[in-house]
Amino acid sequence: MTARLRGPGLTRAGLFTLLGALFAFAIVSAVRAAYGWHVLDAAAVTIVALIAMPLFFLVGLGAFDYWFYWASGRPTRPEDHSSHGAQSWRDYFRVNTDHKVIGIQYVVTSFFFMLVGGLLAMLIRAELAAPGSQFVDANTYNGLFSVHAALMIFLFIIPVFAGLANYVLPLMIGAPDMAFPRLNALSFWMLPLGGLMMTASFLAPGGSFATGWTAYAPLSTDVPIGQMFFTIGVQFAGASSIATALNFLVTIITMRAPGMSFWRMPLLVWANFSTSLLVVIATPFVAASQFFVLLDYALGFNLFVPERGGDVLMYQHVFCFYSHPAVYIMMLPGFGIVSEILSVKSRKPIFGYRMMAFSLLAIVLLGFTVWAHHMFVSGMQSWIRVPMMVTTAIIAVPTGIKIFSWLATLWRGVLHIDTPMLFALGFLTMFVLGGISGVMLAMIPVTIHVSDTYFIVAHIHYVLFGGSVFTIFAGVYYWFPKMTGRMYSETLGRIHFWLTFVGFNLTFAPMHLIGVQGMPRRVADYADQYAGWNLAISIASFGLGLSSLIFLYNIVASWRGGPRAVANPWKALTLEWQVSSPPPIFNFDAVPTVVGGPYEYGVPGAVHGIFGPARPADVPQPAGAQATAGQEPRGDVTEPAP
Amino acid sequence: MRAQSGISRAHLARMVVIGALASAAGIALGLLINWFPVQASAEAKSIDTLWDVLVIVSVPIFVLVMTIVLYSVWFFRVRPGEELLDGPPIHGNTRLEVVWTAIPAIILVALCSYAYVVLRDIETAKGSAGKEMRVRVVGEQFTWTFYYPNPGGKEIVSNQLYLPVGKGVRFAIQSKDVLHDFWVPAFRQKIDAVPGITTSFRLTPTLQGSFPVVCAELCGLGHAVMRQTAHVVAPAQFDKWLADKKAKAQGGGGAAAGGGATASAPPADGKALFTSVEPKCSSCHTLADAKATATIGPDLGKVLKGKDAKFIQTSITNPSAFVEKGYQDGIMPPNYGQTLQPEEIKGLTDYLVKVATK
Repeated sequence: MTARLRGPGLTRAGLFTLLGALFAFAIVSAVRAAYGWHVLDAAAVTIVALIAMPLFFLVGLGAFDYWFYWASGRPTRPEDHSSHGAQSWRDYFRVNTDHKVIGIQYVVTSFFFMLVGGLLAMLIRAELAAPGSQFVDANTYNGLFSVHAALMIFLFIIPVFAGLANYVLPLMIGAPDMAFPRLNALSFWMLPLGGLMMTASFLAPGGSFATGWTAYAPLSTDVPIGQMFFTIGVQFAGASSIATALNFLVTIITMRAPGMSFWRMPLLVWANFSTSLLVVIATPFVAASQFFVLLDYALGFNLFVPERGGDVLMYQHVFCFYSHPAVYIMMLPGFGIVSEILSVKSRKPIFGYRMMAFSLLAIVLLGFTVWAHHMFVSGMQSWIRVPMMVTTAIIAVPTGIKIFSWLATLWRGVLHIDTPMLFALGFLTMFVLGGISGVMLAMIPVTIHVSDTYFIVAHIHYVLFGGSVFTIFAGVYYWFPKMTGRMYSETLGRIHFWLTFVGFNLTFAPMHLIGVQGMPRRVADYADQYAGWNLAISIASFGLGLSSLIFLYNIVASWRGGPRAVANPWKALTLEWQVSSPPPIFNFDAVPTVVGGPYEYGVPGAVHGIFGPARPADVPQPAGAQATAGQEPRGDVTEPAP
Repeated sequence: MRAQSGISRAHLARMVVIGALASAAGIALGLLINWFPVQASAEAKSIDTLWDVLVIVSVPIFVLVMTIVLYSVWFFRVRPGEELLDGPPIHGNTRLEVVWTAIPAIILVALCSYAYVVLRDIETAKGSAGKEMRVRVVGEQFTWTFYYPNPGGKEIVSNQLYLPVGKGVRFAIQSKDVLHDFWVPAFRQKIDAVPGITTSFRLTPTLQGSFPVVCAELCGLGHAVMRQTAHVVAPAQFDKWLADKKAKAQGGGGAAAGGGATASAPPADGKALFTSVEPKCSSCHTLADAKATATIGPDLGKVLKGKDAKFIQTSITNPSAFVEKGYQDGIMPPNYGQTLQPEEIKGLTDYLVKVATK
């Protein structure tokens, strides 16, 4: 027992967490005693404990052990790979530095929180099935939608993309691991802490945080203690995200295999490069906005009290300067996944590879110029709405380039329409609807009417569910053989797709209508005129919820006993499919050399990478070189005019 | 590579025709749907037209994507014997890429220009600049209060929004506590009520009737019940209402502060007031006698047992004076002393005393 308490692991982490609580209690009581105040203050102890306990947990778990050894001058072993790889399920519950283990840790954790968030969504729809109060009071209801959104955004969509990329990206660029494996492990372990904190807020006196995931001040600075579980939980999720993004950037810039020029990188790598740029620039802003709330709430900074010189709109500007790029943080990795799948499953090169990469960078740039479109009715200076309207509309241009290029990729291909492809096509069609309602929302007079209504709820779900979540399912099915070494059940996968696709549309399409008709969002009770639609939406949403159980069953059963997967079941060219499924512990037995573009389907004898030194005959050809050289007949690719 | 593309020019022509038909049907459907609530302001009209234009532009774009996806799935799906084949290695087409960059950009800039024209149109008062009526709107948890200018006297206070039809009005919107959002869906206008600053918008009501006033920004526990009514009435009726308000305010101005006992008018029907649009106690409180079942505030049937008239009246006009255990202070609007008439407070108090002693 003492050995387990002394060595890194969950046992020591549990002990340290208790120490963290004691530390919080001691320091708060000591400071209060020193000031001559009443010594006991449960709220203050809770806030300090929310910060201290996760940090103590991480120390106990061993996330900092190596750095502590190094900092204190004790011997470290640079070539120590004992924390790499997984022999049994237990290896997923310790600080593991293997990007493949971390990738699976990320994905499984994210899906756990998706199920929690989905359950909350079911409760929301049950309450909304009829007007009036069904079974939760106003406070609990506000908590349900707040925690639902916070979990889905910070604990599901953002980290699941980080998880998939964690697994796939080093393999794709021919690297043995991420650039900073120990930082990678630390990034992962901060995530479940943030998620548990947000979920546990339901146990806080006064209920969970109930001010929406936006936590607009000054409402958020004057509510029960549950709010702090969000304010501090976001810091951990955000720190995790920023550290991972830095890790991706360094990995992509410095660890590409020989021959892997930027213009030979698969688009998934490009997408995560762009996303990571967004994260390192934007995510500190959400951290700042929540620090404002923390300082105001806990230490009385009066940042949002106008009589004391505070400024309420400042919160919204800082928050939205993050939360608009955040939409692209939640979308660009999906663009990358879909590019991989559409090219492989159409057996054709991606159409306009360079424009696909440039449009990602254009979105990164434009993404920082549109934030105030969330504030058209906030009372900010009115002139700024017009440039924000124009940039918001213009950002649809690079997105449109991507949509049209995917369509052209499908055209004249040999389409293998299996589960990943179905989800990719589902994404392509549904995301267009989200994009169209987005352009409508750019138009200021429309937004003045529909902001804060169910039209917004419909729009964000078409973008984040019809967009992001469909790409997530596509990616999970696509890389499932690589990650687990097993095949999933194709039949169950198809059933899952169709139930999700139909359930999704029945649930969220009617919300456009009731929103424009005047139903505000974030209300537990609503006027009787919306009762019919709401009942229909609730019934559809339960079907949508059940469809995720099929996914869950398929994944669990296939992982345990599915047929063995071959190394390259999709006949894909990218590097991750050129190694065994699952890959060897250090990915590549020999360093690969990249000799061509990643999507040269249909080019006789084309390969993306070879193992061993390059042969002299392999003349370097960047992706898209053939089109620019004019070797392909043109004019036979036509599109009907819009 | 596949021997033949599997699609001919006839197919392409058919795609264009089917796409055009589907677009026409989609546009017709999009225009037939009754999207909006009733149009009750001049501004609503141009916003609704903008919406229709957006629907007309959007449908063909969605149809274009759907048509290409469905045709590709149908014509280019893998057929028996093709499992090992690849498509043609087409890497791009510069002309095509320029086209699908330029055309959407042109459409979007055109839409923005049109939206800007609409915005200018609804935000400038045509011909009546400076002559618009002014109403100050103050939001607080969880009610709106409307203040009408009264040259030479105190502003006239009302819990109901009354507006004369056909006359331009400019709202000045403020908040006492957190963010709220003043929205009348029938007018298509909304803006946040922000602590510390005054926001505003203008409009011209064009339709007589009663329309909901909605708080659209999450403001706490009672957000869903922060609802009032905007009454658009004939100008003469409005003038009469304002004059009545003014007379009442002068007649009973001291009474509101001094207590209901000195009110000159007879007490109002408390039970009706309890569930009426204003103050609508029933939207937060449970009270079996009035068939009210809301749970935001305490169950008055229980907590008022044995309480006297003084306690009840104080609780209406100053809810913070006593806060029931398990409930938060600051949820119940503190302004009923100003917005209710003394006889209304008296009526409510009498009614609640009767219920409490039953």
